[in-house]
Amino acid sequence: MIAFAELLERLTLTPGRLAKIALLRRFFETEPDPDRGIGLAALTGELSFEAAKPALIRALAESRTDPTLFAWSYDYVGDLAETTALMWPDPEPDRRRNAPVPSLAEVVDGLATTPKTQLPALVAEWLDLSTPEVRVAILKLITSTLRVGASGRLAKVALAELGGGRIAADDIEELWHGLQPPYGELFRWIEGRGPKPDPRDAPVFRPPMLAHPLEDADVAALDHALFAAEWKWDGIRVQLVATQGGRRLYSRGADDISAAFPEIVEAMRFDAVLDGELLVVRDGAVAPFADLQQRLNRKAPTARMMENYPVAVRLYDILFEAGEDLRPLPFAERRARLEAFVREEAPDRMSLSELIEVPTLAELQELRAGARAASIEGLMLKRRDSPYLPGRPKGLWWKWKRDPLNIDAVMMYAQRGHGKRSSFYSDYTFGLWRDTADGGRELVPVGKAYSGYTDAELKQLDRWIRNNTVHRFGPVREVSHAEDHGLVLEIAFDAAQLSARHKSGVAMRFPRINRLRLDKPPGEADRLETLMALVEGVAVEQ
Amino acid sequence: MPHPETWLKTLPDGLFCEPGGFYVDPVNPVARAVITHAHADHARSGHEAVLASPETLRIMEVRMGEDRAGGHRQPLGWGETIDLKGVRVWLRPAGHVLGSAQVAMEWRGSRVVVSGDYKRTPDPTCLPFEPIPCDVFVTEATFGLPVFRHPPAEGEVRRLLDSVGLFPERTHVVGCYALGKCQRLIALLRRAGWDGPIFLHGALMSVCRAYEAMGIPLGDLRPATASNKAELAGAIVLAPPSAIADRWARRLADPVTCLASGWMRVRQRARARNVELPLVVSDHADWPELCRTIEEVDAPEIWVTHGREDALIHQVEKEGRRGRALRLIGYGDEEEEDAADPVPGGETNAAPPPLAPPATALGPTALAPTALGPTTPGPTALGPGGPDREAAPSGAADSSAAPRRARRGRGGAGGAAA
Ligand SMILES: [Zn+2]
Ligand SMILES: [Zn+2]
Repeated sequence: MIAFAELLERLTLTPGRLAKIALLRRFFETEPDPDRGIGLAALTGELSFEAAKPALIRALAESRTDPTLFAWSYDYVGDLAETTALMWPDPEPDRRRNAPVPSLAEVVDGLATTPKTQLPALVAEWLDLSTPEVRVAILKLITSTLRVGASGRLAKVALAELGGGRIAADDIEELWHGLQPPYGELFRWIEGRGPKPDPRDAPVFRPPMLAHPLEDADVAALDHALFAAEWKWDGIRVQLVATQGGRRLYSRGADDISAAFPEIVEAMRFDAVLDGELLVVRDGAVAPFADLQQRLNRKAPTARMMENYPVAVRLYDILFEAGEDLRPLPFAERRARLEAFVREEAPDRMSLSELIEVPTLAELQELRAGARAASIEGLMLKRRDSPYLPGRPKGLWWKWKRDPLNIDAVMMYAQRGHGKRSSFYSDYTFGLWRDTADGGRELVPVGKAYSGYTDAELKQLDRWIRNNTVHRFGPVREVSHAEDHGLVLEIAFDAAQLSARHKSGVAMRFPRINRLRLDKPPGEADRLETLMALVEGVAVEQ
Repeated sequence: MPHPETWLKTLPDGLFCEPGGFYVDPVNPVARAVITHAHADHARSGHEAVLASPETLRIMEVRMGEDRAGGHRQPLGWGETIDLKGVRVWLRPAGHVLGSAQVAMEWRGSRVVVSGDYKRTPDPTCLPFEPIPCDVFVTEATFGLPVFRHPPAEGEVRRLLDSVGLFPERTHVVGCYALGKCQRLIALLRRAGWDGPIFLHGALMSVCRAYEAMGIPLGDLRPATASNKAELAGAIVLAPPSAIADRWARRLADPVTCLASGWMRVRQRARARNVELPLVVSDHADWPELCRTIEEVDAPEIWVTHGREDALIHQVEKEGRRGRALRLIGYGDEEEEDAADPVPGGETNAAPPPLAPPATALGPTALAPTALGPTTPGPTALGPGGPDREAAPSGAADSSAAPRRARRGRGGAGGAAA
């Protein structure tokens, strides 16, 4: 548990992807079985035990600490598990010496097998035997609040590195959902001590094929006759896997999201692997992303949520049918198979993503420019002869996003970035003008941007912020933002949507810095109404 | 026997021994000062006469220049006593930094010990704390909450070296206070077998040289400023906490930002300062040390100068002692003061920031889609990189955007920086 606790803390605080992979790899390299496999399961969210309630921790804390001191400490630390772990009194020294710190396997096994009534005593015993660092990890583990910021993907990349180049992360991805903790078989294979595990007919995730963004420069070189075109829907990309072994709905990042969308899983009464876009569709019309958001925020939906935010899948591709791997086939052939499949199976809540017939490039360009509905992000172009390859192979699939919207906003706050950008103020909160009740004007924050600028612009922004700070709040600075003194930023964004969660009433999709408008006084920046006018309606199914 | 309250008073300039006619660690220039140690919040410049340990006087001279370190400077060695107008005064090591002392005072049969800042864990760069039984024990409470329990510093240094081994291409830059923490870390690194060069920010060199001159060898020390990026790859660089994540650090090769401080015990404090490797190393007593020390000196009365006095007084009163908060204005934790995001490089050091974080202006800061579930990492976790539309819904609710204002009460200049 000691190595796992250290790994958790470092993953939580390490911003760099490569550094996270190095930390994970070292953990897998040096920890014994089954602890490393259980750690892997914990990090990838595969452990299943009933999480202890905060009440259990609170009761434990009360049993061992002074209530006044606990209240002050909790107020200071701001996290129940961490406060309890740090305050937990050390037992008499000789007791510590006689028993080792519990292992990760011991803790996980204990959580899975101990009756609820005996759990508090067991947890107290573990805490007694541990150091404060390990106590934090134990309490985070049992409340399922690890939040280490290491996606399952990173863990798989680290595992692949362990294989010394013989194994790709995608190979592991394809097996992943057919494996069980503590993954002894997987480690044996990766370390060259055993055969490749066979998932047989388990409903495993297949690494998806992704598109490159099409830049203006690429457009001219494009022989559009080789490509099929379809709308790029603004939902989330999903993979539907239904085999003899079970049914699963996966996100693009290989997260199993079946429980969040039971009505889709229910409709998967077939033997196939499909690729598509998950959307909220109401009376044939695709709702804005914000509606889907409501469902994404929940692990399991209520009946009411399912009724208010009905989901459906727009199908893009077919990867397997009745055990047959269709991925080597060209797109055109797979498309024909998909169309036939939908005709025969007519699955509920699923429809084909229509192909768009485009005789000329000019017409295609026109279509893209006209793609203004909130639920469409632009066009997808797929080479008719492309096999389905994992990752982002060059030149086969293109995403051609519609032109962004622009607005001139005033910088209000700036915050330091992370990792390589931690010495720069690189995250900006910006606002637009609106009238106040007393006849004046005020800036209301409408969004945050932390990309889009060049390195030179970042330096320029950083300097400006340091020279024009009016208040500091830890890592955040408030900068000058008066009518006649401040910084105007031209913000590009993909769409504007109404949002009750924001003070301004509107949320922007993917705002980024387009340009610094050093020429423009803040008083001439845009008004909130201008942004409101860009809020779009819904797309009607074609 | 007069109660110490009648002869040791808290005045605006600090703690004043009336019969002796001197202050202990006054916060403004006075006629006669007894100084516990050379940290800036205890050793101010411009006193007419200063009494302190020889080491403290030497460090004061190095840090503030001979002309500002006090008009008449009188060293008082360990084991010596002096009579100041009928008050018997002597110094005992406080274990905080080199030269740090507790000031013991006796007048008409009652004894008060002002401990200054202190710690109980062994430190290779200074003498260990010696408990003195007394009637009133005056203590700090910088880490006066039970959540503060500093692990053995040797283990923290091992974690640092372990990380250097794991990331040999990167520079490990360790934020540490210039007096005490810096030299202690160097000495611990040497003991752990790191005998290569250690690179120093310019602000740290002079005190290191003073330590060496007083018999604490620190090995091969080099200025970080004179070294190039390639030379610093794989190196350990020590710098003031204010420099590690600011423009100064841009000269370093893909740095691992470390910070050696007792505050690093709380994860949110590390996160708020963008620290990648927190090292829980402190020169102040942690909670168990505060409690244990009070037990050992066994004074019926405990006066608390600064820090979390509410919690410590609550604790001593539970044990049947009388607790009293002196609320001396002007002491802070030296680490905290340094943490307040100052700037080398001509930046104006603005007034202490207001307390409310600006995130309130924006409501919950989530503007982009929130996480799909607890396992979906947010952008802070994934590091920089623009929001990729296809990258599945990932949270943009940046947990570090609205750091919880952690410290209660007086936090010194750095209180709100956490
Ligand atoms: Zn001090
Ligand atoms: Zn101090």
